[in-house]
Amino acid sequence: MNFETPEDLHYLDSHEWVRVDDGRIGITDFAQDELGDVVFVDLPDEGESVAAGEAFGVVESIKAVSDLYAPVSGTVTATNDALADEPERLNDDPYGEGWLIEVEFDESELAELLDAAAYADQIA
Amino acid sequence: MALRQSPLSAAHESATLTEFGGWEMPVEFDSIRTEHEAVRESVGRFDVSHMGQLLVGGADAARVTDRLVTNDVRELAPGQACYAAITDADGVMLDDTVVDRWDIEATVTNATESLGMIAVQGPDAPGLLAGETDADLGDLDRFETTVAEVAGATALVARTGYTGERGFELIVPREAATTVWTALDCQPCGLGARDTLRLEMGFLLSGQEFHPEENPRTPHEAGIGFTVALDREFVGRDALEGVSVEGPGERLRGLELINRGVPREGYPVTTRDGDRLGTVTSGTMSPTLDRGIGLAYLPTEVGPGDTVRIEIREEPKKARVTTTPFLDR
Repeated sequence: MNFETPEDLHYLDSHEWVRVDDGRIGITDFAQDELGDVVFVDLPDEGESVAAGEAFGVVESIKAVSDLYAPVSGTVTATNDALADEPERLNDDPYGEGWLIEVEFDESELAELLDAAAYADQIA
Repeated sequence: MALRQSPLSAAHESATLTEFGGWEMPVEFDSIRTEHEAVRESVGRFDVSHMGQLLVGGADAARVTDRLVTNDVRELAPGQACYAAITDADGVMLDDTVVDRWDIEATVTNATESLGMIAVQGPDAPGLLAGETDADLGDLDRFETTVAEVAGATALVARTGYTGERGFELIVPREAATTVWTALDCQPCGLGARDTLRLEMGFLLSGQEFHPEENPRTPHEAGIGFTVALDREFVGRDALEGVSVEGPGERLRGLELINRGVPREGYPVTTRDGDRLGTVTSGTMSPTLDRGIGLAYLPTEVGPGDTVRIEIREEPKKARVTTTPFLDR
């Protein structure tokens, strides 16, 4: 199976992504497929801080519970509240409507992350 | 150790596989939700060849079997089946089982390796099966069985299942399993959907709702006291007579989360003040109810309608105690 890995994202090896343009963080197409039907997402509130490599929330599918890890450190400026009623957005559109949180972060940490090609190799 | 292979393993190439009770079995073909909805709304097929099949034959077959299970099987006529528990001398459940009475020649044989078992479940199951057999299955009531030719193979057909929907379980010779599976062309379903479907009905899963060492439970605690016929001798009878008179101290109950979230096995169940009441034995997000549901043994003082807390990642979430099934079926 081929999974989407958009070029404009930076990836953590635990299958999260961050987009520099809008500061959004989410999970990858591969991750949503592994999880199966997502039914619940537990996210930090606005104003809370997240630390690179540390768990910041939880995503649950029918069959499993998985921690979400932050690709970068920063302060949460928005959370995707629509996921409370429509967690299936994570399956349908993991890089768009299924985003998780927006953070203000320092771009110096991006060097630690995988680019699209390296992440695609990891899940190949 | 190599995992045991179902006779249908070649049909599972597209599925995600998992180890289950020593077998390699499909957990998901498409998505649990898709498979679950197929069974609730139309029809789905399951490979359940991992279920142990014990044939007990000979002149004393009924008497021997009757000693080993909680329900009275002596009066079962050929073509009838019943649900029963298997208990030890203390009345603790070792397993649960369906006893089918057949008019066949047999000795005591573990026939698991020579048979395949396919469940066809859902409101459209009778119509689907009718297209593959000349036998009239319309008259078959729940827990009735018959022998029929299905897709050219001799099958033991039982009007039983683990989903709460109309449906059948077919036991077929191992070499005919793939033919029958292929003929019953409908949504293939894995163990994932099997679990969400049985949980919505509050049906027990061995190892989850009872385990002789880790979670020893009597049939009365597990809510299947109706399978215990005390007017005969069987292993565990005397212990269960006591339970039946005094009533169990704890009872398996349904839990419906009021807050958003998903109960999972092992989560603590407490009062609103945080006093421990029990532990979730199985839980999921119910695809039909779109609500977190679970099962837990609770003290009998706590009953349907009461509100408790389920601790999900250290956070207490409100849940309502219910009777099972969670669905009207």
